[in-house]
Amino acid sequence: MTQKSMRDAINEALHLEMERDPRIIVLGEDVSGGAGGTSGNREASGGIFGVTKGLWPKYGDARVIDTPISESAIIGAAAGAALAGLRPVAELMFADFVGVCMDQIYNQAAKFRYMFGGKGSCPVVIRTAMGAGMNMGAQHSQTIYPFITAVPGMKVVIPSNAYDAKGLMITALRGDDPVMFFEHKALYPRKGEVPDGAYTIPFGEAALVREGEHVTVVALARMVVFAEKAIDALAQEGITCDLIDPRTTSPLDEETILESVASTGRLVVIDESPPRCSVAADIAAMVASKGFRSLKAPIVQVTAPHAPVPFARELERAYVPSPARIEHAIREVLKD
Amino acid sequence: MAHAPITPPLSKEQLLKAYQQMKTIREFEERLHIEIQTGEIPGFTHLYAGQEAVAVGVCAHLSDSDYIVSTHRGHGHCIAKGCDVGGMMLEIYGRAAGLCKGKGGSMHIADVTKGMLGANAIVGGGPPLAVGAAIACRNRGDKTVSIAFGGDGSANQGTVFEAMNMAVVLKVPTVFVFENNGYAEHTGADYAVGSKDIAGRARGFGMPAESCDGADFFAVYAAAGRAIALGREGQGPATIEPRITRYYGHFEGDPQLYRAKDETKELRETMDCLKNFRARVIKEGWLTNAEMDAIDSDVLALIDSAVKTARAAPPPNDAELTTDVYATY
Repeated sequence: MTQKSMRDAINEALHLEMERDPRIIVLGEDVSGGAGGTSGNREASGGIFGVTKGLWPKYGDARVIDTPISESAIIGAAAGAALAGLRPVAELMFADFVGVCMDQIYNQAAKFRYMFGGKGSCPVVIRTAMGAGMNMGAQHSQTIYPFITAVPGMKVVIPSNAYDAKGLMITALRGDDPVMFFEHKALYPRKGEVPDGAYTIPFGEAALVREGEHVTVVALARMVVFAEKAIDALAQEGITCDLIDPRTTSPLDEETILESVASTGRLVVIDESPPRCSVAADIAAMVASKGFRSLKAPIVQVTAPHAPVPFARELERAYVPSPARIEHAIREVLKD
Repeated sequence: MAHAPITPPLSKEQLLKAYQQMKTIREFEERLHIEIQTGEIPGFTHLYAGQEAVAVGVCAHLSDSDYIVSTHRGHGHCIAKGCDVGGMMLEIYGRAAGLCKGKGGSMHIADVTKGMLGANAIVGGGPPLAVGAAIACRNRGDKTVSIAFGGDGSANQGTVFEAMNMAVVLKVPTVFVFENNGYAEHTGADYAVGSKDIAGRARGFGMPAESCDGADFFAVYAAAGRAIALGREGQGPATIEPRITRYYGHFEGDPQLYRAKDETKELRETMDCLKNFRARVIKEGWLTNAEMDAIDSDVLALIDSAVKTARAAPPPNDAELTTDVYATY
């Protein structure tokens, strides 16, 4: 197996599946880049993060579609094309832009199958980059997956590593329901072992990233990386944790979380989003109502503050839950 | 001016079908207007009566493999695109056997197998979908098209501007049909459409556009034919703006305080596509009164039977609450 970045792993998934299934199209702003313009370089970007690179030279204008900056029309066109038999991958350049196309996501794509009485499906995958850590400020750094997780009809995928990202993307592309696929910007360059061929990872099956006995830690995306650091440091002192990465928040693998809490009795949930109505709050509420009798201590949530993502390096660093804060939270939950 | 007899633009069979569909829409809506007052029909209903020539004049050019997206005022589009009238009535009554199992309702009737991609309760929600359907048409290369029905109100939504521009940029076969019925909910189009010229606005996006008399089936049919032909020939999108009126309020129960007292009464005299159609085909000798009278009585029987069936039909089972949706908690 070779080491590949998460960016390349997702790119590989798109290449493999477009080759396999001629119904797959990719559309979005700058997915190839260079349409119009003066350079004559027709694939000038391959997506601003390079995730769609090499698709346009292979599949051309019919299947790799550079769009105007029109997020509602991008998501809407993807949903309409899906109703008409294609399997579109729409790129929403930054997750923060969900505000300008929310109607097409939650009122249109998510609801068709139900509103049409099951007589129609909308197999669209919306890829989007999210997360803080690159000083992009309040409108380019958010992790807005709680909004989408709350929408019936949507599947929500939030990978934490290259291997998972590829397998989950292939699953998304082979499914019949709308999927929002959140890619953490800070994880794009991170490398991991990724096989060359196609493989799938089922939705709703969490990964047990670390096994331990004292505390259950649940984390998503970049928070998995930070939680690993905290947990590995604590292991030196003999404190061991289960680290669970749900990988998809809809569907959510409640069973794996509840089983782990049944054995550890203690839960720490990490979430890069602000605390109110977050995925952390959702998982905490789920464990409080379905696993209350297993708990030996109050659940601890580690989240961003209830504030927009700040710009300055120091402030942004303080905003994002850090390995140190996670380590501290694990110690806290062990005090009771 | 002397009027020489001309060859009909449609075959006799097509003329009879067009009349039958317009009459079906009219009676469907007139009957709903009465039945809604019994309180048996749940929710919001927006009637299409008065606008029949638009839906039928456009859809007369389409087959099941062409697509349409519709609006909250969608019954007419559904009927013109071939949705089952009985299934629609069941759906509007919220019955298990409805076209969408009672989960959609008046504002969400759809039948993907007929290329009817849904009525849509969000003004401006449909046109982006139509552009996507047109990408599918273009990629299939089978000369199919998609139609984005919308009203004058939708012409002021940003999503519609995005869809129009994208259709031009991608050169996909979408025909935007702006049914200018004079009112966006309770506000006049003469107030809310800044330029007062929706077709002109469409031309600004770089596509051909024309307005036409929406109460004249033949005018709509001709304008839609030109627009759809461009799409089928790979020339990209086009727009038509039929000028029309609605005989009822924005929704059933709307007291219409924004309209002059006798406005709808007068418009029923002066802007009636069914009367216009009948006068024209009789004058040209294309159809007979007897042929159309026979259709009238068949349609009345069809609607009557649809209402009786729907009233007696069972509602959906509670177990249906969480079917047709992924992941339940």
